Amino acid sequence: MPLLLSVNDVTISYPTESGLFTAVQDVSFSIAPGEKFILLGPSGCGKSTLLKAVAGFLKPSAGSIELDGRKITRPGPDRVVIFQEFDQLLPWKTVLGNVIYPLKVARKMADGDARHEGLRFIQMVGLERFSDSYPHQLSGGMKQRVAIARSLAINPRMLLMDEPFASLDALTRHRMQEELLGIWEASKKTILFVTHSIQEAVLLGDRILILSPGPGQVKQIVVNTAVGQRENTESLRIENEIRALLEFHDEAQSKDGGQ
Amino acid sequence: MKNIFRHPVVRKGCIVLTLFILWEALTRFFELNPLLFPPATQVISSFISSTINGELPGYAWQSLKVLLTGMAIGALVALFLTTLAVSTRIGAEILETLTAMFNPLPAIALLPLALLWFGLGVNSLIFVIIHSVLWPMSLNTYTGFVTVPPTLKSVGQNFGLSGWRLVAGILLPAAFPYILSGFKIGWAFAWRTIIAAELVFGVAARQGGLGWFIYLHRFELNTDLVFAGLLTVILIGLVVENLLFKWIERKTVLRWGMSAAQ
Repeated sequence: MPLLLSVNDVTISYPTESGLFTAVQDVSFSIAPGEKFILLGPSGCGKSTLLKAVAGFLKPSAGSIELDGRKITRPGPDRVVIFQEFDQLLPWKTVLGNVIYPLKVARKMADGDARHEGLRFIQMVGLERFSDSYPHQLSGGMKQRVAIARSLAINPRMLLMDEPFASLDALTRHRMQEELLGIWEASKKTILFVTHSIQEAVLLGDRILILSPGPGQVKQIVVNTAVGQRENTESLRIENEIRALLEFHDEAQSKDGGQ
Repeated sequence: MKNIFRHPVVRKGCIVLTLFILWEALTRFFELNPLLFPPATQVISSFISSTINGELPGYAWQSLKVLLTGMAIGALVALFLTTLAVSTRIGAEILETLTAMFNPLPAIALLPLALLWFGLGVNSLIFVIIHSVLWPMSLNTYTGFVTVPPTLKSVGQNFGLSGWRLVAGILLPAAFPYILSGFKIGWAFAWRTIIAAELVFGVAARQGGLGWFIYLHRFELNTDLVFAGLLTVILIGLVVENLLFKWIERKTVLRWGMSAAQ
């Protein structure tokens, strides 16, 4: 299978007040086109740092990240990030305005085309009745839907999702996860998804990379045979397998005296 | 009928009307010398005739012209200072120090110095206005820029924006609530300053603004016109602060659900 993204021996460290802090060390993995790839680990394991490096917001201190064989050096609309924070929508633009804006600046589309394309994706996330609303009039779940619609409309090579549902209430999160699966079925977009929730990882990911903390290193890459399934024997088995891998680290970590 | 009085604007209008009636009644009852305290009706009729013959609007326009010039230059310098402040640490320190020093200094106190440097004329007034608007506008714009959520900046970069396109597309609108409140404070300072400065400004009569109009008519003992001048100062202040800025807020920050923590 041809590779879309390859992360090769990436180490990311940055200076802090108490010296150089290494967030991620010697991490390698690759993602095939159309794959849903999960970075899973406890907080502080460097999974968001890794995603930011793929997005181009951070430069690896060592190693390289390549998309389609080209080295990633800066952020760009070929890798669109969906953040956890609700303030990722531009508050001065309507829902439609938010979806259209990057089409005009990043894809150089004409007004009419951008509008047409924007409405199509707003419809896809079921918000056509709200296309003229401003972000502050929407609920958290609706804001994340707009962010997803906007990202899909840009038509990137990859979606980078940084715990996008972590700030939602349990019911909404549940529904958004199902919707994301549906959207993926329709679009087959390659997704790199960061989460600390084992259940979310097992529901959404074709493969799950488990990061061990302090500094973040690849513990194991689990091939998920229960993708799209929730609370059945197979998914519970994989969840337990992952939990065992993560708990092992919790113990190791507490022996070190935490982070 | 009763419902009309629920509206605050109507009630406030009634208060103003009562004040005018009271003013009229007291001046007539005590037979005050109209050279010292003219009755309300006389002031209003002078106000109207002076408005119609173009004298008052001419002077008011002169004040506004100087004020807008000063504000425009002040805004540009403020933009330059804040750009410097957000891009370099020394720039931020320069801005913080200058603002801390000059913000407490009333602009009008610089007028004698301005007269010395720029002579009797519009330039001295503009200098004073720039000083009165520059510091509050810089401070607010700077706060606006540094409080832009980092997520929004990342989103802009993610769209491939950088440099000026990022500033114009993301940072300026995100900081807009603060920029607007900077303009509001700047206007309030500038309006009070220009009127005060023009009072001191005796000689260049043909260039005078509203302050000069007031001073001139006091000199000629046209006290009704002095009152009419004051009335105009109040009216323009009210219109700009309560109609113009409110309208801009309704069209922008209120509609967007954004507000500056002021």
